[in-house]
Amino acid sequence: MEMINIALPKGRLGEKVYRMFKAVGYECPSIEEENRKLVFENEKKGVRYFWVKPSDVAIYVERGAADIGVAGKDILLEYAPDIYELADLGIGKCRMCVAGRKEFYDEGSSTLRVATKFPRIARTYYSSISRDIDIIKLNGSIEIAPLLGLSDVIVDIVETGRTLLENGLEPKVDIVPISARLIANKVSYKFKNEPIRQLAQRISDWQPEEGKE
Amino acid sequence: MDAELLLKNEERAVFRLRELYRRHGYLPYKMSKFEEYDLYVRNKSFLVSDHILTFTDVDGKLMALKPDVTLSILKNSNSGKGLQKVYYHENVYRTSPTSHGYREIMQAGLECIGPLDGYAVGEVVMLAARSLETISEEYLLDLSHLGFVSGLLSPLSLSQETEAALLKAMGEKNVPALQQLGREHGLPEETVEALGRLALLYAPPAKALPVLEELAVTEGSREALRELQELWGLLEQYGLGDRLRLDFSIVNDMNYYSGVIFRGYLPGLASGVLSGGRYDNLLKKMGREGGAIGFAVYLDQLERFGAKSRDYDVDVLLLYDHSRTPAAVAAAANAVLASGKTVRVEQEIPDGLKYRELRDLRKEA
Repeated sequence: MEMINIALPKGRLGEKVYRMFKAVGYECPSIEEENRKLVFENEKKGVRYFWVKPSDVAIYVERGAADIGVAGKDILLEYAPDIYELADLGIGKCRMCVAGRKEFYDEGSSTLRVATKFPRIARTYYSSISRDIDIIKLNGSIEIAPLLGLSDVIVDIVETGRTLLENGLEPKVDIVPISARLIANKVSYKFKNEPIRQLAQRISDWQPEEGKE
Repeated sequence: MDAELLLKNEERAVFRLRELYRRHGYLPYKMSKFEEYDLYVRNKSFLVSDHILTFTDVDGKLMALKPDVTLSILKNSNSGKGLQKVYYHENVYRTSPTSHGYREIMQAGLECIGPLDGYAVGEVVMLAARSLETISEEYLLDLSHLGFVSGLLSPLSLSQETEAALLKAMGEKNVPALQQLGREHGLPEETVEALGRLALLYAPPAKALPVLEELAVTEGSREALRELQELWGLLEQYGLGDRLRLDFSIVNDMNYYSGVIFRGYLPGLASGVLSGGRYDNLLKKMGREGGAIGFAVYLDQLERFGAKSRDYDVDVLLLYDHSRTPAAVAAAANAVLASGKTVRVEQEIPDGLKYRELRDLRKEA
């Protein structure tokens, strides 16, 4: 049987995703053992899993190194990979937000300085409301930018909003809701159509016993 | 020794493709490497990538290195009697989202321009399938018809943005997104459901056509279905049945394309190697009557297809020194060649050369 290569995002979300795959019949015992292996196979089920950096999942899938994978909608919006998006897993839920200092008010008369890890999402959002912005691309600790006066606002993922709150920031606008998506390489979907379709169907039909989170 | 062994994958494919097109009466088309930039500006969204390599010619005109072949052929073709059937093999210069820079891409393909009918369209799709067949028996050719989806959408008179968003979701086979768009824009549930089923449809025509019959509820979609059925009948007659799939997630810009569109895939290559379709609307934009259909094979993709890496640069490395006469060295080299092996003759072992066998004349009596 031909194997399906599955790229999972390293970290808490990926572990949750694996449990979901396991629950719908694609378990792989070796992945649950503590070891230093990078690739895990269950030949009987026809699946091969591997962990990659969450922001790289889409690249592995787009280039066909993985047939399918799970990536956050934020990554898909930011990199716009040429892939199929087969299901919304309904986990890893959060929002892409504009946030700023509580007292900040955008009166719209000058170029808005926006610090973000997601320049494409920020640019798309602000061009949709015809606002002139200056993008400051950062790679982490985005919240500090408005505090030090590096930017007026930030565009970032907000889960609970606690980090923002503790730093005197607040979400100003919700841009788009984010959740984990099942994605597939376009050519793999064609040549391994049956098994991929079946997997996607089982994942979209899956209902957890104790609620989705 | 077989001459084909010397050729790279893509070079071998070019030979076979040219032979295939020539046998069906297509004529070779040769064009210059450059074209006036103006041609592309007027039809920018027809191009696969936005970026065009430009330079200024000696007379000050802005020129471009061809990013596309079809536009040049259309521009230079004349509307005479009958069809114009041409094939080409050219390099084009494009960027791709993954490559971060310009790349030279070798393309082969054909165009058929003029008063198209069912036969002409079928012939081009057949040649597309046969093109893939010359490269690998395990190809898949995906067919779609733009009229089917637009036939379902046009009675709703949606805004351009909504339609674009729906088509994008179709292209991603993204049913949750389709449903959400349906809710946001208050689309009829039957339409949203039909679009979802269409997006996920991926099956051989024999299985897919009955499903389409259920979904073809508007005049436009029924017309498209009739064309697909006719095409399918013809392709089945060519014996191409089991390598075809219907896939309505292939979407192209409807400003240029109309009717049948198709993509070809080979196992193990992460993106399509063949792309084509009917582009009557582009012809109309250029102020011309009639229809046009064509396709291109992206030969650069084949570089990695089934290529075996060589373990050695040469079979035998023959070493000699000044004690040997040139005639003696030549005789030794000829002996190796006569046994069917490749030989490299040197006085010292060159850096980085991988050889299977070393023959050192210096040590032989």
